[in-house]
Amino acid sequence: MSERIVVVGASLAGLRGAEAIRLAGHAGPLTLVGDEPHAPYDRPSLSKHVIAGEFGAGATTLPNLVALDAEWRLGQAAVGLDAVKREIVLSGGEQLEYDRLLITTGARARSWHEPLEAALTGVFTLRGRDDAEALRGALARKPERVLIIGGGFIGCEAASVCRDLGLAVTMVDPGPAPLARILGISVSGFLRERMERAGVEIRPNAKVRSLTGEAGRVTGAILEDGAEVSAEIILVALGAIPNTDWLDGSGLAREKGALVCDSHCRVRDESGFIHAEIRAAGDVAAFPHPLYDDGLTRLEHWGNAVAQGAYAGRALVKGDDGPAFSELPTFWSNQFGLTIKLAGLTKGADSLAFVQGSLKDGRFIAAYGHEGRTIAALSFDCARWLPAYAAAIEARAPFPPITGAVDQLTRLGPIDPAWPVAQG
Amino acid sequence: MSLSTLFDEIKDPKNRPDPYPLYARLAGHPVVRQEDGTYLVSSHAAIRALLFDPRISSADLPPAKSPPTGNPFKDWILQPIKDEIVSRHRPLIFRDPPDHDALRRIVMTQFTISRVNAMKARAEAHLGELLDKRCGAREICVVEDIAYPLPVTIICEMLGVPREDEPTFQGWATQLATALEPDARHDEETQGQTRATFDAISAYMKVLIKEKRRHPQDDMLSGLAAGTEAGAMGEFDLIATSILLLVAGHETTVNLIANGMLTLLRHPHELERLRQDAERAPRLVEEILRYEPPVHFRTRKALADIAIAGEVIPEGAPVVLLFAAANRDPARFAEPRRFDPDRPDNQHFSFGGSLHYCLGAPLARIEGEIALVTLARRLIDPRLVDDPPPYREGASLRGPKTLRLSVDRIA
Ligand SMILES: Cc1cc2nc3c(=O)[nH]c(=O)nc-3n(C[C@H](O)[C@H](O)[C@H](O)COP(=O)(O)OP(=O)(O)OC[C@H]3O[C@@H](n4cnc5c(N)ncnc54)[C@H](O)[C@@H]3O)c2cc1C
Ligand code: HEM
Repeated sequence: MSERIVVVGASLAGLRGAEAIRLAGHAGPLTLVGDEPHAPYDRPSLSKHVIAGEFGAGATTLPNLVALDAEWRLGQAAVGLDAVKREIVLSGGEQLEYDRLLITTGARARSWHEPLEAALTGVFTLRGRDDAEALRGALARKPERVLIIGGGFIGCEAASVCRDLGLAVTMVDPGPAPLARILGISVSGFLRERMERAGVEIRPNAKVRSLTGEAGRVTGAILEDGAEVSAEIILVALGAIPNTDWLDGSGLAREKGALVCDSHCRVRDESGFIHAEIRAAGDVAAFPHPLYDDGLTRLEHWGNAVAQGAYAGRALVKGDDGPAFSELPTFWSNQFGLTIKLAGLTKGADSLAFVQGSLKDGRFIAAYGHEGRTIAALSFDCARWLPAYAAAIEARAPFPPITGAVDQLTRLGPIDPAWPVAQG
Repeated sequence: MSLSTLFDEIKDPKNRPDPYPLYARLAGHPVVRQEDGTYLVSSHAAIRALLFDPRISSADLPPAKSPPTGNPFKDWILQPIKDEIVSRHRPLIFRDPPDHDALRRIVMTQFTISRVNAMKARAEAHLGELLDKRCGAREICVVEDIAYPLPVTIICEMLGVPREDEPTFQGWATQLATALEPDARHDEETQGQTRATFDAISAYMKVLIKEKRRHPQDDMLSGLAAGTEAGAMGEFDLIATSILLLVAGHETTVNLIANGMLTLLRHPHELERLRQDAERAPRLVEEILRYEPPVHFRTRKALADIAIAGEVIPEGAPVVLLFAAANRDPARFAEPRRFDPDRPDNQHFSFGGSLHYCLGAPLARIEGEIALVTLARRLIDPRLVDDPPPYREGASLRGPKTLRLSVDRIA
């Protein structure tokens, strides 16, 4: 019996999933469908080395860790799914039957909401390697000023690269400080100072109303308060949207655009029926994480794409036994000379403690607590200890965890992480 | 005998030739309390966990305390100030973050891989000279004739100690060799000698640093004295660091070379293969490090109660990380008692781990490789005169006191 397995979305989660499918013993046909023309590649360096011109986008190709012996359908999008007939429709109209399906279509950059403005030359988003090549080329031409809309991780990393290249940068962020929604103001205020010292002009608590252009080229933006920022390059860094439009009409359930999965990465349809033969992983999937009980979690983390891709691929072949997917979320970012690493999720944290080092040193580990339990730990240039805190989070350790550490200020007075007021 | 006094047995010099059966008794007991409240940690997993546990401190030396001289001015004014300075400016191996990290970052700007690689030719030349000196002899002592002189010459060169002062340094290095030895440090008499040597070498360094500031050269000390892109060290830290670099790489490298030669002579087939193929050296050195580590254990202090492997190490307890036992942990290494240079994934603890991971490891590996290749090539038909050889006292820095070989000739 030779079952057909199809993987839709040929990037990080898809590749690691396909490898796990082979490792789990699937010897039958394996097909990978990917709408990008490129073999699977790695995104994190796009917003770091690639746009800085340190190496080309071609150097990001992901290594194959296992011989896949697969059929590759690159440059072809899946445009429809019939979960009853177990059939996928490709952009060319071709139909592809499957017995088991892994969905790893990830997410795309949210583009500027006004299409005419978004189409102006000089307006960029950053998700794929072609985006990165284009942005690198534009930055290399030494624009007068770069405007970055949005102070998330990608916006911050791009701002850092721009400053390294000696370019003037303005960042407009709806929150009081970049990354405030993820780290809280108590920490992100520090990052804001660091960015300002590096020469980034930050416009906090501000929103862009419209982009301005001349002869098809962007010239700047007008903010909601009427202020004008002129810029030759605008990077729209407003987050990512799960790629599930192709599943319209398939009946699969979605929440905020993400595929709804159970604890074993099986997808659910709108009537609540679990499809054991369809699993999803990576940026596209929303799933119940055992450590974070309220609702579904969707992660946009490299480490999660790897772990969940491998988990889902294996589970797809092996069936349902085995423990639920419970990998601790981890994330990193490099910006402004800092290595930032996060273990766990900060969402809902009601307290924060600097358990090692301090803001003053610029090197620290901060633990986030929720109702007396440790839920996340953040390190700025101090990653060596993070595994100990990750273990504490997984063990649902009390907050603050690990008292009596080296380089711990004697008073561990927890403080308020200070979440920004929700923006409309 | 009970496991709660095993550390006493490990320290007993009569067990120096073969401590491994003692370590094997710890199998299944990764963390064991000793009668005096010390905790002995022996499994690969537990040591790893503790190396990365932020509640483990390397600042486990008692505060410096000079013995009374009878002169009240000295005893009440000068000595306490000096003791305070010594206690505050311990070498970085005995310091915790953030000081440790800041100091280590500064050293790393100077202890560069290109400086290390530049030592290859120097080590080869020096080994050549050392063997030429013994030319015509029918017997050679690997420890005295080869292993002792090499590391001091090399580190002096890297630091920028003038060649003419090298013999003085050889003497100091031998004096201070046991200064880092955990089981030697509380002994009154050696402490007195060690202190006198420290004073002499510190005074020497002070002058040399001044000289390097005035006439900087392309060496580590000039770089450190001038200040680096990672910051600058104060004078006391600079002196402590220089001494550490001299001492930490001395007896350790001596042990690597001596243990290496001993192990190869006990596995003559491997010696022969090395003679034929110098490219086996890196694998051999790695397996020698695992199998006969130059440093058997290091000590720490628990800063808080630490739950590990079913035990709780209480706050303040001394902790012994038994690297040599973890290197033979059957849960981590297949057939741990077998000497197998082709072993995959040879992640031993012989250079420690985490933040205090041996800073000199790249240099030590180069010195070890070059020494073993040279000895394999130039000693014709070497045989051990005594097996086991006599060992030095130290249980942590464990190695042969002498390693006499009879040879047909020296090529
Ligand atoms: C610029 C950038 C920097 C990042 N930096 C970091 C970092 O520092 N640290 C970190 O932890 N994470 C980082 N991430 C996040 C990380 O890269 C993602 O979490 C990871 O790429 C997710 O992998 P995935 O395979 O789930 O999704 P994706 O990488 O988005 O891949 C999905 C693939 O499916 C394709 N696809 C979509 N729809 C279809 C369809 N209908 N048919 C066929 N193919 C389709 C897409 O084109 C894409 O190739 C970064 C992301 C970006 C964009
Ligand atoms: C075979 C030879 C060597 C061995 C087996 C060895 C082993 C070790 C070990 C086990 C440690 C960790 C100590 C701890 O965790 O408490 C260490 C630290 C250190 N070693 Fe080595 N070493 C060797 C050679 C050298 C050399 C050649 C140098 C210098 C030139 C050197 C310099 C240091 C320094 C400076 C530290 C302290 C690092 C820190 O605390 O951050 N060592 N070494």
